[in-house]
Amino acid sequence: MRRLGLAVVAAVLALAATAAAAPSPADLEAELVCPTCDTTLDQSNAPVAQRMKQIIRLHIAAGWTEAEIKADLVDQFGPGVLAEPPKSGFDLLAWLLPLGLLVAGALGVGIVAWGWSRRRDTRDGDEDPPGRLDPELERRVDAELERYDA
Amino acid sequence: MTGTVQRVGQAIALVGVAALLGLLVWKVAFGNEDGAADDLARGEVVTAPAFDLDRLDRDGTLSMAELRGKAVVVNFWASWCIPCRDEAPVLQQTYERYRDQGLVVLGVDVNDFRQDARGFMRKFGLTYPVVYDGKGSTVGKWGVRGFPETFFVDRSGKLVGERISGAVDIERNRDAFERGVALALGSKQ
Repeated sequence: MRRLGLAVVAAVLALAATAAAAPSPADLEAELVCPTCDTTLDQSNAPVAQRMKQIIRLHIAAGWTEAEIKADLVDQFGPGVLAEPPKSGFDLLAWLLPLGLLVAGALGVGIVAWGWSRRRDTRDGDEDPPGRLDPELERRVDAELERYDA
Repeated sequence: MTGTVQRVGQAIALVGVAALLGLLVWKVAFGNEDGAADDLARGEVVTAPAFDLDRLDRDGTLSMAELRGKAVVVNFWASWCIPCRDEAPVLQQTYERYRDQGLVVLGVDVNDFRQDARGFMRKFGLTYPVVYDGKGSTVGKWGVRGFPETFFVDRSGKLVGERISGAVDIERNRDAFERGVALALGSKQ
């Protein structure tokens, strides 16, 4: 019984490994760019895109991995064939720069907002308390009230 | 403190705007997207844009500089391009006919698979030199807008005649093709 269980687990693991290694044509076509039309392969019917789709299927049938297929296409057409720039070397900048700009923007907004709130606090502290009347007006109001009381 | 923060913020914003403005000026001043073909069409004297690419017909590389002193018919093509099949025999015949006079037909295979290009060359019996430009690095500099396109380069390395868009030596452009070959060889027609 234990042997049977182990065999089933091994078979499931083997199947999972095979499934993970076999890339899907649809995924690859969404991740690769047609060099003559600058859209992803799944969006293009250009002759070169059709040929690239054929080659991808041939490579998959021959047991190539996703990385191997992409490496072959980059070798033929250059790194511009990848819809997303690689996350290594100089191309890493394409990923880090927007993130850096986002953080810098958030920091900038934070600093400006902090500056504004501090300025408002200072200005509020300098002002007369609310409800305080001009001395001349206060004198006139008092006079009117006295006259009314009388 | 608040004043300092504000000034720093303004300085950063100004630097950002200046950088964007600089990029715009640089793009307008130096971003020549027309390529050699459009300069040629405006009647300017144009040196054939340089390249140094791997050969498909044999090992090694070939550059435009190495062809100085020869008349060159530069043909941009790809194996997936249908009109390229129509013109391949004409280009091979032109090479065979004028080779002894110092004319080279140079094929530039663009945005193509190497194995497909070699199959195309075998199928059409091409014996003239062919270089491989899978990345399309020559397209912008030459001003290539589609495939096939053909240019003529004289012995001093200048573009002559007119750019031929589409398959060569059909009714529409036979005269332009023959004139281009003659100008490249140095005999005016």
